[in-house]
Amino acid sequence: MILPTPMLLQVADPTVAASTGVFLIATVVKMLAIFTLYMVGVAYTTLAERKISAWIQDRHGPNRVGPWGLLQVAADGVKNIMKEETFPGDVYKPLFLIAPALAFVPAMITWAVIPFAAPWGSPWGRIDMVVADLPIGFLFTLAISSLGVYGITLAGWSSNNKYALLGGLRASAQMISYEIAMGMSTVAVLLLSGNVHMSQIIDQQVATNWNVILLSVAFLLFLVSSFAETNRVPFDLPEAESELIAGYHSEYSAMKFSMFPIAEYANIITASGLMITLFFGGWDIPFTSWDNVGPHTGLKSAITFAFFLLKVVAFVFFFIWIRWTLPRFRYDQLMALGWKIMLPIALLYIVVIASAILALDATGLSRGTVAYQGALFAVNLVLLVLIVFVLDRGRLISPAYSRLERERVARLRLMAQQSDLATSRES
Amino acid sequence: MATTRTIEVELSTTGMGADGKPRRVPLVTQGGEGLALNAPPAAEPDFDLEGEHMLINIGPQHPATHGVLRLVLELDGETVVRCIPHVGYLHCGFEKIGEYRQYNQIIPWTDREDYLNSIGNNVAFVLGAERLFGIDITERCTVLRVIASELSRIISHLVWLGTTCIDIGAFTPFLWAFQERENVYNLLEGWVGARLTTSGTRVGGMAADIPDGWIDGLKGFLRTFPKTIDECDRMVTRNGIWVGRTVGLGVMSPEEAINYGLSGPMLRASGVAYDVRKDFPYLDYETYDFDVPVGSQGDVYDRFLVRMEELRQSVRILEQAVKRLPDGPVNIDDPRIILPPKAKATSEMESMIHHFKNVMEGPRPPIGESYVPVESPKGEKGYYFVSDGTSKPVRWRIRPPSYVNLSAIPKMVEGHLLSDVIAINASIDIVMGEIDR
Repeated sequence: MILPTPMLLQVADPTVAASTGVFLIATVVKMLAIFTLYMVGVAYTTLAERKISAWIQDRHGPNRVGPWGLLQVAADGVKNIMKEETFPGDVYKPLFLIAPALAFVPAMITWAVIPFAAPWGSPWGRIDMVVADLPIGFLFTLAISSLGVYGITLAGWSSNNKYALLGGLRASAQMISYEIAMGMSTVAVLLLSGNVHMSQIIDQQVATNWNVILLSVAFLLFLVSSFAETNRVPFDLPEAESELIAGYHSEYSAMKFSMFPIAEYANIITASGLMITLFFGGWDIPFTSWDNVGPHTGLKSAITFAFFLLKVVAFVFFFIWIRWTLPRFRYDQLMALGWKIMLPIALLYIVVIASAILALDATGLSRGTVAYQGALFAVNLVLLVLIVFVLDRGRLISPAYSRLERERVARLRLMAQQSDLATSRES
Repeated sequence: MATTRTIEVELSTTGMGADGKPRRVPLVTQGGEGLALNAPPAAEPDFDLEGEHMLINIGPQHPATHGVLRLVLELDGETVVRCIPHVGYLHCGFEKIGEYRQYNQIIPWTDREDYLNSIGNNVAFVLGAERLFGIDITERCTVLRVIASELSRIISHLVWLGTTCIDIGAFTPFLWAFQERENVYNLLEGWVGARLTTSGTRVGGMAADIPDGWIDGLKGFLRTFPKTIDECDRMVTRNGIWVGRTVGLGVMSPEEAINYGLSGPMLRASGVAYDVRKDFPYLDYETYDFDVPVGSQGDVYDRFLVRMEELRQSVRILEQAVKRLPDGPVNIDDPRIILPPKAKATSEMESMIHHFKNVMEGPRPPIGESYVPVESPKGEKGYYFVSDGTSKPVRWRIRPPSYVNLSAIPKMVEGHLLSDVIAINASIDIVMGEIDR
C-alpha cells in the first residue's frame, strides 16, 4: 500500500544557502552567543530557584546583593571560585577531578542541535538559527545525554565514601532506567515527523499541530523521564540530602562542587529545550502562521527567539515549582515506576500510535486537517484517561512492602546471625 | 571477610563481657530469644550469592537523625539487615546536676532536655514537685498551664511535621510549619520573656501572669493556625508519593507497641487509645472536650495522621481554655514557697525574711517521693522525685518518652530500605536532649 504523502507547508526559506565563509562566521557567532546566553541562563536559573522557592515558602529569598538580589549570582560565583579546594585522602584524583566536568558538558553539547529561532534569510544567504543543524539531531541528543550519567557515577565512585557511592549507584541505575522510557516515548514523535532532524520535527509541528496535542501521552512520559534524568525532586534520590547527606557530591568543595548544581540547572534548561522542540513546536508562535512563511527577516527571527525563550522560562519555572511541592520517591518505587509502568506504557503507546497513524493515513485524510488531528488527539485522550484513572496512583506507587516480603527479611536476618557466628568462631 | 570483621569491631563498642571477650548484643532476634553464642549455624551463609554486606554509619552528624543519634546499619544492597542505635552523644548529666539544685532551680534544666516542649516540661516538672510539696494550685494557674502545655504541644508537633516532610523530601511544609512556630514563640516571648528556654513555671504557680492583650494574640493565632494545618494537609496527606513512602512502614502491632513500652502518638497510631490526659487526668483535662485520635495500622502514615489530628485537638483545647480562663491570683498564697513581690521584699521586714529564706535555702518539701505522668508531645512523660526533707531532691529522674520510643527502632527498620530508616526515624519524633539527658 502506498501512503499518501503528507502535505507539509514549505517552511524552509528558499533563499540560497550561505557560502562557506559566511557559514563559518555565522557558526562562530552563534556558538559564542548561545554559550554566553546559556551560561547566564544557568546562573540566573539558580537565582530563579531561590526566588521562586522563597515565594512558595513565604520567604523573601536573596535580596541583599544588587537590586532584587540580581547580583547574587555573581557573588556566589566569586565565592565558589575563591573557596579552598579540598581533596579527601582516599579519593581517586583523576576521576574525582574530571567528574564535575563530565556532568556538565553533555548538557551543554546537547543544546547545539536545538533550533532556537526561525531561520534568517540574510543578505549573505540563509542562516539557520541552530548552532549545528545536524541531520541526526535527535539521535545525537539521545547519545550525548546518556553520557551525563558518567559524571555523577564517577563522582560517587571516586569519592571513596559510602554515601557518595550509594548516590552514584542510585544515579546510574535511575538515569539508565529512565533513558529507556525517554527514548521509547520519543519514537512516537519520530513516527509522526518521519525524521530525526530537529528542524524537520519543528516543521512537522508547524504544518500540523504541536505534538503535545497530537502525542500527549508521549509528552507525559517524556516529562516524567526528564525529571528523572535531571535528578530533580521527586527523583532527586542520588543526592537525597536527608538520606545520603549530599549523595554523590558529598566530598566535593569549592568550584568542583559548584559544577554539579550548575550541571543540574544546565540539564533543566536543556531538557526544557528538548521538550519544547519535540512537543511545543520549538520557536513556533501559536495561533499564527506569519512566523512560518517568508520573507524570513531578521526581525522575525528575533521575535521567534523571544517566544522560544519564553517557553524555556515557563518550563524552568515548572521544574522549580514541582521541586518545591512534591516529596521524594523511594528507590524501589522509582525503579518500579520506570520499568513496570513507564516502559510498558511507552511500548504500548508506540503500537497504538503507529496503528493510528497508519489507519488515518489509509483513510486519505491530509495531516493538516482538523479531522486527522482530532482523531489523533482523541486516541491520546482515551489513553490518558486510562492511565490516570485506571492505573491510579495507589497502584503506580506501591506502598512499603513490609508485609509482602516477610520471608526475605527473615532470610536476611538469619544471614546476619550466621555471619556473626562465623566471626565469633574466628576470634 | 572484611565486612564481618568490621561488624565485630562495631559490636564490641557496646562493652566487654565477664570473660574479657566482646559482649554480643543480640539485636538481631527479638522477643527474648537471644543469640546462642556456641550454637552451630544451621547452614553456611552463601556470601557468593548474596554479596557482601555494607556497614554504614548514619550519624551522629547526619541531617536526618534529628540531633546526634547514631545508627549503625548493616546493608544488603539498600536493604537494612540490622540496625544498632547508639545514644549518649548529648549526655549532660541533668539528673545528677538536679541533685545539687533547689526545686525551682532545676526548672531551667527541664527547658533543655526536650527543647521543643520546654514550657510543657516546666509544667510537668512543677506538677510532680507540687505533689511532693502537697500544694493545690489556683484555678487561673491550672488553665494557664493547660494553655502552656498545648502551645508547647503545637510547637513540638510543628517541628515534627516540618522535619518529617524534609526527611521524605518535601521542603516547603517545613517552612510553613516553622512560620507558625514563630507565632507561638512570639506569644511565649510576650508571656515569659523567653522563646526557647522558657522556664515559665514555678513551684506553686507561674513565673509570670499573662500580660494584657495576650489572650487576643492567642485568639488571633487560633484563628489563623487551622488554615496552616489545612495547607500542610493538602500538600502531603493525600499525595501519592507521600502515601507510597509512609504506608506499611515500620509497623508496630498493638501488642508489640505495648511490650516495647511505647507511648504517645506512637502507641496511639498502633491502635491503643492511651492518652494520659484522658486516663490519668491532670490540670482538669477531664473537663475539656477533646478527642484522642487512634490509628489502625501502626505504620508511619498512621503516626502522621495521629499527630496531624492532635494539632487540631490542641486548638480545640486552647479555645476552651481561653473561654474559661478565670480571674484571680496565679500563685498560691504561701510565702514559704512563693517569693514575695519585689516591692514588699524591699519595704517589709517579714517579706524580706521570706525572700531571703526562699532564695538562700529554698522551699522544703516533706520526706517522700512523687511522680506525676503527663502527656508530652512525644508520649508519657513524668518527673520522679525522692525527697529527704531538704530543699534539694535526693534523686530526680525523667521518664523520657523519646528514649523508650527509640528503643523500638531496630524492630521497625530491619528489612526496610535505607530511605525508610529515615522516614521511620522521623516518625518516632525523637529529641536527643531528652534521650541522653
